[in-house]
Amino acid sequence: MSIAWYLAVSALIFAIGAGGVLVRRNPLVVLLCLELMLNAANLALVAFSRMWGNGAGQVFALIVMVVAACEVTVGLGVIVAMHRHRLPVDLDAMRELQG
Amino acid sequence: MSVLLFFIAAFGTLAGAIGVISLKDPFHSVLALVVHLISLAVLFLLLRAEFVAAAQVVVYAGAVMVLYVFVVSYVGGQNLPGAQGPGRAGTLGAFACGLALAVELFIALLGSGLQAIGTSGAHIAAGFGTPKAIGALLLTKFLAPFEIASYLLLVAAVGAVMLARRRGGLDDDGDGRPTISAMDFMRPRPFGTGTMAEGFGHGETLSATRSAERQERPT
Repeated sequence: MSIAWYLAVSALIFAIGAGGVLVRRNPLVVLLCLELMLNAANLALVAFSRMWGNGAGQVFALIVMVVAACEVTVGLGVIVAMHRHRLPVDLDAMRELQG
Repeated sequence: MSVLLFFIAAFGTLAGAIGVISLKDPFHSVLALVVHLISLAVLFLLLRAEFVAAAQVVVYAGAVMVLYVFVVSYVGGQNLPGAQGPGRAGTLGAFACGLALAVELFIALLGSGLQAIGTSGAHIAAGFGTPKAIGALLLTKFLAPFEIASYLLLVAAVGAVMLARRRGGLDDDGDGRPTISAMDFMRPRPFGTGTMAEGFGHGETLSATRSAERQERPT
């Protein structure tokens, strides 16, 4: 398979994830959609790594996975803290951060 | 064979992604993401990224998804009141945004003029993408990013514990909002703070003594 096919799949996954971030209001699902977008970037990185025959893209993908794990940890901590303080777990109800 | 495998895996990734954004129950969304991640690992294997594929399955589909399942069952995976979605106009707008983004990405990626994009990749050596090759890269050429990533993980772990800590950590100033200051780390704490005893209910007495201390102190 040519590299272009992998890049097309990556672009589609990224667009689906971005649409999900816009559509959904549950912060858990929004975090899942962010994962989708990061995974699309990972797929593009690994595809380019294969294209050049160079391992740097795979190392980049691993670092992206580390950053995604950090983002999930902090995001889920925020959601658990919201639940503890009896705040509604709904993104449209969180209006105090708009500056 | 690899063409067939590619199309099966690509179908799995796209179906999983659509399932994540379209299923009502967040628990089902998490399960759809697991399908997506495992199919993506197959795509990584087809691209000869063996170590990244293994890390994807173990770290993502294993550890991170278990974290999600725990939080979904803790917060409650039920349909939240009033969370029907942004309405018809909002959904159509988001769909249009996603479609525009997809077209833009297609133009940027496939129309980039890279000659090698139409080939199946450069000639690679025998050990490409194995744990040995990736480990050698991580410990020689990319040592600084590797170390910075480990510090990032440490900071994220400490931050998550601070955010989701159960009780006794953040003092209540009486207005219902927990506040924390640098002095909270300096002050001597009662015996047992930060141990398992605090989580098992001994914490009430601890926070009682702490708020008594706070009232004694001149403000």
